[in-house]
Formats: sequence, structure tokens, C-alpha cells
Amino acid sequence: MNATKTLLAAAAALVTAGAALAEPIKVGMITTLSGGGASLGIDTRDGFMLAVQQAANPDLTVVIEDDQRKPDVAVQLADKLIQSEKVDVLTGIVWSNLAMAVVPAATAQGKFYLSTNAAPSALAGKGCNPNYFSVSYQNDNLHEAAGAYAATAGITKAFIMAPNYPAGKDSLTGFKRFYEGEVVGEVYTKLGQTDYAGEIAQIRASGADGVFIFLPGGMGISFVKQYADSGVGLPLIGPAFSFDQSIIQAMGDSAVGVLNGANWSPDLDNAANAAFVQAFSAEYGRLPSVYASYGYDTANLLLSAMGTADISDPDAFRAALKAADFDSVRGDFAFGPSNHPVQDLYVREVVRDGDILTNRIVGTAMEDRGNAYEGECKM
Amino acid sequence: MRRETLLNLVIALALLAVPLAAQALDEPFAITLATKVAILALAGVGLNIALGLGGMVSLGHAAFFGIGGYMMAVLATPVQAYEPLMTWPIELAGTKSMPLIWLGAVVAGAVGALAIGALSLRTSGVYFIMITLAFGQMLYYFAISWPAYGGEDGIAIYVRNGFPGLNTLDPLHFFALAYAVLLAALWLAHRLGGSPFGLALAGARQAPARVAALGIRPYRLKLAAFVLSGAVTALAGALYADLNRFVSPSMLSWHTSGEIMVLVILGGVGRLFGPVAGAALFILLEHFLGGISEYWQLFLGLILLGIVLFARGGLIGTLAGREVPHD
Amino acid sequence: MSAMLLIEQALNGLQYGVMLFLMAAGLTLVFGVMGLINLAHGSLYMVGAFACAGVAAVTGNFWLGLAASLAAAAAAGAIVELTVIRRLYARDHLDQVLATFALILVFSEGTRWLFGSFPLYLDIPAALAGPITLPGGIEYPLYRLVLIGIGLAVAAGLFWLIGATRLGVRIRAGEADREMIAALGVDISRLYTIVFALGAALAGLAGALVGALQSVQVGMGEPVLILAFVVIVIGGIGSIKGALVGAILVGLTDTLGRFLLPVAFGTFLPPSEATSIGAALASMLIYILMAGVLVIRPGGLFGRA
Repeated sequence: MNATKTLLAAAAALVTAGAALAEPIKVGMITTLSGGGASLGIDTRDGFMLAVQQAANPDLTVVIEDDQRKPDVAVQLADKLIQSEKVDVLTGIVWSNLAMAVVPAATAQGKFYLSTNAAPSALAGKGCNPNYFSVSYQNDNLHEAAGAYAATAGITKAFIMAPNYPAGKDSLTGFKRFYEGEVVGEVYTKLGQTDYAGEIAQIRASGADGVFIFLPGGMGISFVKQYADSGVGLPLIGPAFSFDQSIIQAMGDSAVGVLNGANWSPDLDNAANAAFVQAFSAEYGRLPSVYASYGYDTANLLLSAMGTADISDPDAFRAALKAADFDSVRGDFAFGPSNHPVQDLYVREVVRDGDILTNRIVGTAMEDRGNAYEGECKM
Repeated sequence: MRRETLLNLVIALALLAVPLAAQALDEPFAITLATKVAILALAGVGLNIALGLGGMVSLGHAAFFGIGGYMMAVLATPVQAYEPLMTWPIELAGTKSMPLIWLGAVVAGAVGALAIGALSLRTSGVYFIMITLAFGQMLYYFAISWPAYGGEDGIAIYVRNGFPGLNTLDPLHFFALAYAVLLAALWLAHRLGGSPFGLALAGARQAPARVAALGIRPYRLKLAAFVLSGAVTALAGALYADLNRFVSPSMLSWHTSGEIMVLVILGGVGRLFGPVAGAALFILLEHFLGGISEYWQLFLGLILLGIVLFARGGLIGTLAGREVPHD
Repeated sequence: MSAMLLIEQALNGLQYGVMLFLMAAGLTLVFGVMGLINLAHGSLYMVGAFACAGVAAVTGNFWLGLAASLAAAAAAGAIVELTVIRRLYARDHLDQVLATFALILVFSEGTRWLFGSFPLYLDIPAALAGPITLPGGIEYPLYRLVLIGIGLAVAAGLFWLIGATRLGVRIRAGEADREMIAALGVDISRLYTIVFALGAALAGLAGALVGALQSVQVGMGEPVLILAFVVIVIGGIGSIKGALVGAILVGLTDTLGRFLLPVAFGTFLPPSEATSIGAALASMLIYILMAGVLVIRPGGLFGRA
């Protein structure tokens, strides 16, 4: 249950000259390290720990636990981290359903939660909390980016598809929010479905001129391969989750040319990002994914707050987090009223670069986008 | 005193001692773990009624565990949202009271077990295993795609439900509740084994033709045991949902069925305290192997294999010898 | 909705069905001959897919990968039979369930240990990529047609093997009377190993063939395993003919249900509700089919009970 690896950031208790006597902070990371979906959690952890190692701040301790992608395990780990390990900050959860199980209880106990990925609408709107910060996005953002860009990509009659579960419904809602064309087909598939022949036949018969899909993980791999083989050939667009570094290798050339909405890309042009991509590749021997970038940003945000405030003064620490005074790999980064990012959203295209597949930015979909729920947040 | 009775007593006292020691040492998480052991053991006691007494190998008990969990959410969320549970045909408010929620879970679990059992018991043996598994998956997919209670996201209860006279938010109080329910279920299972019903059931398992000759229909006997089994497991589900203050379809997944079955077999099938010993061993393995390796499930698998192949009768069987438990 | 779309969907259902048959055939053979319920059958499907993806990545040849998948799954099956499974024949179903559940954990995490957590790449061979035009103007992926062909050919081969060869005679004898066949001097333990490896090879073949269309990842076998159970419950345990009919029935019901139910609900509900409720019901449809068959024939369509 708990791949407990207490990693002291102070790898070699470096004596940093002139460092203030800051209060130590203990971070509990709950993420998915085993079973299906482990690749996302591993990238989150590796991105986070890369920043922690680079900072070598002796006051920062990280305890890492594996939630096996099970909500009940995640809840028990949160209890354990809070009760036994006495952590100050929780982070790392990949999946929205696990976040919904853990975050409200953790923030109610006065702990900080920094989201490295999942950011369900409930926590951005009515359920917002001053101690909850989403460093990644609000769940709808990447779908909104795809919707806003679809017309530019020549999609005016879209066939849209997602699994039949809450995140899937949010996804189609998010896509439609800024999409100006017509929806000619809307299909909910079974969660975990691996054969899409039936849906592809419907796409072919629908008269659509483009397809939007949100099919995370193995579902997306299956769909893209089958779609490419079907010869339907209409432009395909989706959120970055379905076309990210961790899975496009498994899609192969079927994925080349697919558009995806994102808030980060390995080729995003800023100094912090160039350094991050270079350091991550050198350390782990693979290109970082969006999840790794969120983990890296989250750790740097935390480190920046540690530099200006003590955790024993929650109000000051909260203000220091909210200031977001760190070099994000996304360039400009600020928190909006509900502690979710206000950021530029892009559209990327999957390209082949020698032996590997990667993403490259083709355009900006939205600038300084917050989220649709922050109006409901009262804090 | 028989060796197994003595062993049972030791197990019961050990499970009680852990949270008390944890309280003294200020290690509240150990209390949570002990509570989890008690609740999973309760689920196992439920399964053991079908498995040990009735000889029905159900690989779908997650369905009842999940039904119990969801019953908690159905009853408690209206209170959380300040809405009535239903307004038609009668006006009914939700409840945050554990005894009422337990009643609801037991009834819902019994109804679910009646429906699934009535169909599944038309068959036996390996058919029965596969059919219970398939019905469990059916409910799992239904819970994922039905939006009313959060779908795959599940649904959270922000404050644990209450029990008259106790502060259920205190880990020790909640443990005491789970432990008391477990003891009550064990007592029920013990009495059941010695009752005319239990004896007829054992007869139906071992010599169905002879029981039928006595004018008893094995189908009805087995169905009754299956319903009871489902009801006890649903009660465990309601408690488990309260432990986590959270319900999700993962409670209904077939891995949950497998785990409940694993802990019954780890402890010893048909042994009264088998599920308790098995749940304790399972949680210990999960906790300590998980600390050693990211691939801990590989080692868990190997240990389980070793136990099935070489330590038949489970933990209780190994420690207390091969006597028949229910005499 | 046109007739062509309906025909295309029926082909999809058929293709899905024959792949399920490859899984169900092994399960039902192993149960029929040895009386064993094997939850780890899905793991052998996964082994086949990983072996194919691994060898195809190194050699660049899908067909070598396919051969490797057969060999690897058969070998894994034989090893598991020799070390674990043969100790379980005399045990009750409960021990078999637990031991094979444990095998799932070992296979899944062992594979993750060897290949890592990231899904592997496996693509359709270039010669079979892309769609072809069928009579009537239906564009249909060639690879899926080939899958239907392979599945039906394997089914024919199995019927021949069991109906007309010496091995088949022994398998049928083993199903009918286990003690008798041992008394006749047949090396029963060798027969069991062969049958188990044969079932494993079929699962591995299905894993590799389907892996090219889907994602090759740890845990890919479990959903298929449960569907295969539904198939053999419907068809009747131990019956190859039942497995074939059950598999095609499940494949067609699932594919057509997913397609038609939302359309049917759309006639009287708003579109987004119709798709959502239709999809929820479609995911339960094959279980409802199974319950229906059980009410009419508790032993399955071709069962002996």
C-alpha cells in the first residue's frame, strides 16, 4: 500500500551559507505508482522530486505513498499521512475521483493541498477552499482549449465522444463551452472500453468534418490506432491527456498530426522550460509529460513559498503560495480568485522527431483563461 | 477449552489490544488500520456464511459490500444537502444516524442478495462462481455510468454519521462500534452453525439428496443463507463507507470480491474466526510489503499461492489443527 | 441510420465475438477436461500481447511477434500447469479461485517489473493496414476482416482437433470420465499439460491479434476474462460449440446494443440524456442476456446440465 520512501531533500545536508532558519515542512505525496495508470503517477513523482533535488533545501521532507488508483486506499493514506506522519502539505493525486475523496477532508483539517493534476469543478466552485491550490489547471481547461481552437482547425461539424462517467461529461461540456460550430454526433462510451469499431462506423456515417475525443490512457491508444486504420481520416482533436508523452509512443504513427489542447508543451519557449526538459531527460532518460511538468511546477511553487513564509503561520504561508512567485515552466503563471491558474492555453500537434514522437505547439487557443466555476466560489 | 476456542479468544483480545495500545502511544493511524481489519472481517463473516456453511463460492460479494456502502450515501447525502430523500409517494427525510443507516444497508443487501441469489442458485459449482462474478460486474458498470451518486467519482460524506452516545469522529469510538458489530455477527454466525437451520444447510452442502429426501428443499435453504450472507456483508459495506467517509464504484469491483474471498481463505474457510485472522493477516501483509517494494502485489501473490498450496485450512487450520469448527 | 451502417456494426460485433471465442475456448476446454476454473486466463492473454509487442519491436516483424505470442503463452501456460495448476485438480473450486487469483497478481506485477508501467507499442502489419471496399460500398478495415477469418479458422481447427484426432478422442474421454481414461493407460498428466498449454496459446493468440488494435498494457486481460466467463455461462461450460455461439451472441449484443440503445432512447428523450442512459443500459446488456439465458436454460445453451 505504501511505497514509503522518505526522501530527505537534504541529500547531503549542504551547508547553505546565510540561509535563514526556516521551519521544516513535511509533504505527503499520494499518487498512483502501481497497477493501471501508474505511468501518470510516476511522472508526477519524478517531476516533483526533480525540483526537490535541484533545490536541495534541507527543510523539505517528502513522504511518497502509492494509492493504487483506489479511492478508499487514498483516503486511508491521507489519514495516515496526517495522523502518523504529521505532514503539513498534501499533493500528488492524479485522478479526480480520488481527489474528491481526499481533498475536502484534508483541507477541513487545516492542511494545504496542492494539486498536481486533478481539479474537479466542485473544488473550483462551491467547494473551493483557501487551503486548496490547483497548480495544474481546472479540469475543463484543456477541453475548452480544444473547443476554442476547433474552428481554426477547420472543424465546423464535430463528432464528440467521451467515456460515460463524470469526467467524460465535464469534458464534452467543456468542449462545447467555446466551440462555435455544430455538434453532429455525441456519444458516451463505456469506461475502459477498448474496441471502438462501432463508434468509428458512426463517425463515418455522421457527416462530421472533425472528431473530438476525450479517452484517457489505454482507451485513447486503442481508439487512435483503430481510427487511423479505419481510413476515416477526419481531423482529430482532444485534450492533452489523450495525447501526452507517456502514451503517444504506444500509438505510434497513428497519432501523428493529432491536435490536442494543453497548457504546457516540451517546446514551449521560455528559459525555465528549456532547463526543465533538459534536466528531466538527463535524469530519467525520457521526455517529460504534462504530469511531470505539473509536478515540477508544484514543487517549485512550494519551495518559493517556503522562502518567504513559515508554515506555522498559515495565513502568511497561504499568501506566499497565492503570490505564485516562481519560474513556472509555463511562463506566466498566476492564481485566480478560486486558487486555480490563470494561464494561456495552447493547441499542440503530435509530430515525429527522429525515433520518438512528441508534441509541438501550433497555436494559442485562449489567453489568460481562468475557469467557468470561480464565480461560484465564496472565500 | 478446545484449542480453536482458545485461539479465537486470543485473536479477539489481540484485535482489541492494538487500538488501545495505539491510543496510549499516540499512533491514531494504527486504530484506523484495526478498524479496517474489523470491518473487512465483518464482510468476511458475511461471505463465510455462504462459503463455509452453505458451500456457495460467491465471487460477487462486492455487490453487497457496495450496496451497503451506497445505502449509506443514499441516506446521508440528503441531510448533507438539506433536501428530503424523497417526496413521492411519501415524504421521507434522509438520516445521519448509524443504526438507521445500518438497517437500510441490511435490508438493501438482503433484497440484492435475494435477486442475485434467486437467479444464481439455479446453477451450482463453477457456474455459480462465474455468474456471481458477472452480476457483480453488472452493478459495477451501472454504478460507474449512473450519474445520480457521482458515477465513477463516487460521493463524499463530509462528517462521519453519528451513533447515540458516542463521538464517531474519535477513531477509538468508531473502532469500538465496528468491533462490537463484528462480535455480534460472530455470535450470530456461531449460533447459526449449531441451529437446525445451520445443520440442514450443512446437510444440503454435503448430501443434497438426503436432505431433499427429508422434504427440505436445498434451494430455499441455500437462498436463505445467501440472503443472510449478503445482508451481513452489506452492513460491513456501510461501516466501511463511514470509515472512509466516501463511497465509490471501486467498492463494487471484482477485485473487492476477490479480496474478501482471499481474506476468508487466508484465515480458514468455515472457521468462525477465520475472517478475523485473515483480515488481520491481509492488512499486515499489505502494510509491510507495501513498505518494501513498489511491486509488493507480486510478493502478495506468491505468499497467497504458498498458502493455498501448502497451508490448507488457512491460518486457523494451521494453528488449531484440522478439526471441524461447528460442532 | 442506414442499412449499411447496420451491416458494418454487425461485422464489428462478429469480429469482437470471434476474438472472445479464442479466450472462451481455452477456458471452457480447461474446465471441461480438468474441471478447473482459471481466473488467470486473462493473464495469458496479456502475456501473448506483450510477447508479440516485444518481439515485433526488436525484429520489426509483426508475424514473428505473433509466432512469439503463441510460443510464449503456451510456454507460460505449461510452466504454470506444471508448477501450480496440477496441484489444484483434486482441490475444490474455492482453492482454484484463490490460487489463480494469486497468479493474476504475480503475472500482472511481474510483467510490470519486466516491461515497465508504460503501455507498449504494437501496430497492425503494413500489409493489412487500412480499409477495403466491400460489395455494397462499405469501407471496412482489412485487419478486422482478417481477424474474423483467423477466428473462424481456429474454430474450425478446434472442431477438427476434438472431433477427428487422437488427442481429441482423449480430450473427449477425459471430459466424460476422468478415472476411466487413466485406467486405459493414457498419460493423463501429459494430456492435462497439453490441454492447458493449448488453451493458453489460444488466449495468447487473441491477446496478440487484439493487441495490435488496442493498447498493450498490464491488466488488459481482466475485462476480457470476465466477458469470456459470461460467454461460457451462456454457451454452456465445457462446450466448444457453446463457446462459439455464446461469443458471437455476446459480441453482437454488445456492439449493436451500444449503437442502437442510445438511438432508441433518443426517440423520446433529449439527446444528452438519451446517450447517457442508453450507454448505461448498454453496458449492462450482456449481463441481462446472461440472466435471461439462465432463466430459460440454467445449464447454458449447449450445456450438459
